[in-house]
Amino acid sequence: MNIVVCVKYVPDAQSDRSFRDSDRTVDRDGVDGLLSELDEYAVEEALKIVEAAGEGEVTVLTVGPEAAANAIKKALQMGADRGVHVEDEAIHGSDAAATSLVLAEAVRKATGGTPELVMTGMSSTDGVMGVVPAMLAERLGLPQVTYASELTVGEGTVTIRRDGDTASETIEASLPALVSVTDQINEPRYPSFKGIMAAKKKPVEQWGLADLGIDTSQVGLDAAWTSVVSVTKRPPRAQGQIVADEGDGGSRLAEFLAGQKFI
Amino acid sequence: MEGMSDPLDLLDLDSLLTDDEKAIRAAARQVCADAVDPYVMQWYEQGDLPAARELAREFGKVGLLGMHLEGYGCAGLGSVDYGLACLELEASDSGIRSLVSVQGSLAMFAIWRFGSEDHKQEWLPRMAAGEAIGCFGLTEPDHGSDPASMRARARRDGEDWVINGSKTWITNGSIADVAVVWANAGEEHGGIRGFVVPTRTRGFTAHKIHHKMSLRASVTSELTFEDLRLPADAVLPDVRGLKGPLACLSEARYGIVWGSLGAARSSLDAARRYSKERVQFDRPIGGFQLTQAKLAAMATELQLGQLLALHLGRRKDTVGLRPEQVSVGKYNNVTKALEICRTARTILGANGVSGEWPVMRHANNLESVLTYEGTVEMHTLVIGQALTGESAFR
Repeated sequence: MNIVVCVKYVPDAQSDRSFRDSDRTVDRDGVDGLLSELDEYAVEEALKIVEAAGEGEVTVLTVGPEAAANAIKKALQMGADRGVHVEDEAIHGSDAAATSLVLAEAVRKATGGTPELVMTGMSSTDGVMGVVPAMLAERLGLPQVTYASELTVGEGTVTIRRDGDTASETIEASLPALVSVTDQINEPRYPSFKGIMAAKKKPVEQWGLADLGIDTSQVGLDAAWTSVVSVTKRPPRAQGQIVADEGDGGSRLAEFLAGQKFI
Repeated sequence: MEGMSDPLDLLDLDSLLTDDEKAIRAAARQVCADAVDPYVMQWYEQGDLPAARELAREFGKVGLLGMHLEGYGCAGLGSVDYGLACLELEASDSGIRSLVSVQGSLAMFAIWRFGSEDHKQEWLPRMAAGEAIGCFGLTEPDHGSDPASMRARARRDGEDWVINGSKTWITNGSIADVAVVWANAGEEHGGIRGFVVPTRTRGFTAHKIHHKMSLRASVTSELTFEDLRLPADAVLPDVRGLKGPLACLSEARYGIVWGSLGAARSSLDAARRYSKERVQFDRPIGGFQLTQAKLAAMATELQLGQLLALHLGRRKDTVGLRPEQVSVGKYNNVTKALEICRTARTILGANGVSGEWPVMRHANNLESVLTYEGTVEMHTLVIGQALTGESAFR
């Protein structure tokens, strides 16, 4: 089975993230980037499927600026076979709809038009919208089975378990399909030293919008259906309230919790 | 240059590393952060390493074991890669780095360099994967810095070898599947010879050494050989004399040149962070000149040590190292690392002795590192000999 895993290069959540003043997009300068942690689960699951099948290959696809090559590199170090990096100035500021358009065309091109299985994480760790998997499935005309906490590939089918608040659903779809996975599905492997060295020799294709037949007017900040009007930094956390126990500590604690509707 | 300096890399020494080397380092750090850091204080307190086998397998998956050796399932990486990994391991704990050093630089290296093809095929792939653990028996109860006078004897009995004697301070001894044992076979058989000994062989026993005040998250043992009978092919065919074990030690010492700086970096990091948070006389203690003088000296020595290690690593991969060069590295870096850890302890005050912080553990560990794989005195004398042509110890 050949699998395409869509991954995103995101600013490290450990560092101080901010928006650019000029166009209110995420400021990537001076912030370390990395493969979105939630996408590692998708890469791991794809590797496990191919390893279990004993055949097929895992292609990692990303759309992003030059540094996004690092996200591909990490996935190749984990064991993916090849990478596709779509990079184009015009993509800057694209919303989820435009991103899914670029991804869809890239998946088509990477698979000769017929993907077998497309996998994604449940959302990015920066935008955290979680809508791209559904949009991508729609554009590719594939059944979408999202938020998989367990995945089994059968004869022409894929079966997942989706854990909700009140029930767990078992969902089956015919292949080809798109599956998004949660952080409960597996334990992503470390890149091994051999993986790190082998990754250097793996092919990574570089495509621009022209290679995908996408007009620049369809993507980017200007084509976005939504725009960020203003950005306000979250105020620093105010100091908590200290209750001195003068015999009434318990009831004052209860009053506070009730006042905040915790109890 | 713009941007803030990294407090742990003031001189931007990272710029001297390749992207691959940084990726290797990151992978080593990640496995340590996940598999070692959350548990190591508990192991240290227990004075045991109950997870040794699981750890070995985790390290094996990443490729840490015998990582600088070629073939037989080993990663075949360079000396700087290996050094960087040792540094990350020892930033977690010197005992954990010792497990990896003894496995890769002593036991695996001895087999890889001096063993028969059968030895290599039988042991190296399993050891690289962490499925088999190795130890290395050279030091004896009465013979440390002077291994030439060892009492362990190997005699021939027909085709077989029969070994009697004992070894002590053997890292991984009680958990090992295979021991590389050095014994005197007599002049007619080439003097000191190495033997590949499966530890389940009759006549081999290992006893754990208790009450260590250092390297507590590491298994250290005494080995005894009572009429330990081995087949003819157990002997390492390609080396005779002390140069065999000394070549292995030189490998391990090189790892320590880097590793010791890991303990130092971890301690400096802890002291620096603490100095910013700890408020006395209404200001963080990091604002006091005495504290800053300590931090500045620690950071400077750390970086000088890293430059030295990197220089030795690059030389090792291109032209090779002379023993006295490795001695300069171990002499300087372990001494300075120990000083850094002790100074860090003073910045943390009473909290410095607590297991909540790593500095006392690192300092105690380095007390062992200071004297194992060649005492600081021996390395001093090796350097002295290189300078004067006079041996002060032989």
